[in-house]
Amino acid sequence: MLESEAINAERMRADFPILSRKVHGKRLVYLDNAATTQKPQAVIDALVRFYSTYNSNVHRSVHTLGEEATEAYEGSRKKTAEFVGAKPRDLVFVRGTTEAINLVGSAWGEKNVKKGDVIVATKMEHHSNIVPWQQLAKRNGASLKYVGLDTDGTLDLAGFEDLLREAPRLVALTHCSNVLGTVNDVTKLCSMAKMAGATTLVDGAQSVPHMPVDVEEIGSDFYAFSGHKMLGPTGIGALVARKGLLEEMDPFQTGGEMIREVFDDHSTWNDVPYKFEAGTVNIADAIGLGAAVDYLDAIGMERVRDHELRLLDYAFKELASVKGLKIYGPSDTRSRAGVISFNYADVHPHDLATILDEEGIAIRSGHHCAQPLMRWLDVPATSRASFYIYNAHDDVDALKAGIVKAGGLFKV
Amino acid sequence: MSSADIYREIILDYYRHPRNFGKLERFDIASRDTNPLCGDEIEMQVKVGEGMKIEDVKFTGKGCAISQAAASMLTELAKGKPLEWVRLLAKEDVFKMLGNPDLGPSRVKCALLGMKVLKTGAYGYLGAHNDDPEESDLP
Ligand SMILES: Cc1ncc(COP(=O)(O)O)c(C=O)c1O
Repeated sequence: MLESEAINAERMRADFPILSRKVHGKRLVYLDNAATTQKPQAVIDALVRFYSTYNSNVHRSVHTLGEEATEAYEGSRKKTAEFVGAKPRDLVFVRGTTEAINLVGSAWGEKNVKKGDVIVATKMEHHSNIVPWQQLAKRNGASLKYVGLDTDGTLDLAGFEDLLREAPRLVALTHCSNVLGTVNDVTKLCSMAKMAGATTLVDGAQSVPHMPVDVEEIGSDFYAFSGHKMLGPTGIGALVARKGLLEEMDPFQTGGEMIREVFDDHSTWNDVPYKFEAGTVNIADAIGLGAAVDYLDAIGMERVRDHELRLLDYAFKELASVKGLKIYGPSDTRSRAGVISFNYADVHPHDLATILDEEGIAIRSGHHCAQPLMRWLDVPATSRASFYIYNAHDDVDALKAGIVKAGGLFKV
Repeated sequence: MSSADIYREIILDYYRHPRNFGKLERFDIASRDTNPLCGDEIEMQVKVGEGMKIEDVKFTGKGCAISQAAASMLTELAKGKPLEWVRLLAKEDVFKMLGNPDLGPSRVKCALLGMKVLKTGAYGYLGAHNDDPEESDLP
């Protein structure tokens, strides 16, 4: 494939074994990519290859298998770090975005967030970028405040500036909303936060899989993402920290691997990033993530973004003709990721999802782990379709037909 | 599973025009529960009358057609029955009430939310524990 060539999603489907299965006798139309993506054969093969040819623990083993496993695990760290413009030593492998944020909440937060301090989050955060801060605030006597949203579902910049005047200790915000699809200008927001003296954490769960990301350019102190949302296995993700920051932090979990020396009454810590990877790490899935990064690198993230924007434009155009369908979030597709949350007449999202499932279409319905945002939208739930590289116009057409069918059943 | 089978006219009618929807001015039992999966929410109030009978019952809530229709139908069924009837109520009774649609495992929870709320309230009032084996495997 040439760099400039558009993605041929239909051809790409051949790389994803699951996409050839049927659901209720119909072609699987997978539109729940914001929840998790499907896996290409290359990722599945990497896992099988590890377990069937060089399965071993890492770092401690001198034998051949151990050396091969360590090389692959560390190779994966290097690839994943480079994929987001970071250095391998600044990347900690974790279980996913949730664990990355909890790690920061504990290992950085306990030491740095004090009584009376302010933590700033936004109304469009996933619960994983809210609850750890609520808990930290409760433990340390700090307060958690939220940046509101403008009516189009973008961040209220004036409100953000107001909160920055309170000199927050931390600003935690998402790069991309998993509900509204809003893409935040995190480079600008992090720079503003930094000027106000705040440490910044960006939730990259919905951005790293879908667009080029360079953490150095963004300038965040912490950046978190999940492997399973970018073609990789579940159970692996990354926390990327600004150079030198990990060194200043206390350990998260303690035990084997993360130590340098253990005495009866005290211990000393291993170098970063190992200091934050206690116990036997998730070797296989880290290697699987490396394979996913290779796959995405071969396509090129600019092309992934272009493909999704094109699909988003098509979906907006098609869905606009469905009467009674309301899409949430920015109307300008350029400031959105490939996520469409909507409601259709008085058909509850859960009912819609059931009806679509019968057509082999997988969408998500519910609160999408963003209840404060649902309250702001003043809806109990939404339906959400989210795209990836293997989605094409035929998937949007199927979605539209399914919605129309639901309309018929519900006599909308 | 066929959605035409689930979303029959009568279910949609109860969804859009729920019977016994609202609050009681005076009640003896109030209970509430949610289905975290989809945010369905049901609250029920029961006025207990002579002979431990359900003199009146109303519900409020929001959620999908299945959860709301099932709760509403259940209140109609429950009115005038002894509280003990609630105790003996089984999942199958609710499914039958809905016309035995073939609900997938995730939608079963929606259908049973109303029963769960009613039972929780009744058990609390009767001073009994919700140790019904039928109940314990409820999500
Ligand atoms: C924006 C956002 N943040 C965080 C998460 C949590 O990711 P994980 O469940 O992989 O930890 C998700 C995924 O649902 C998400 O969409």
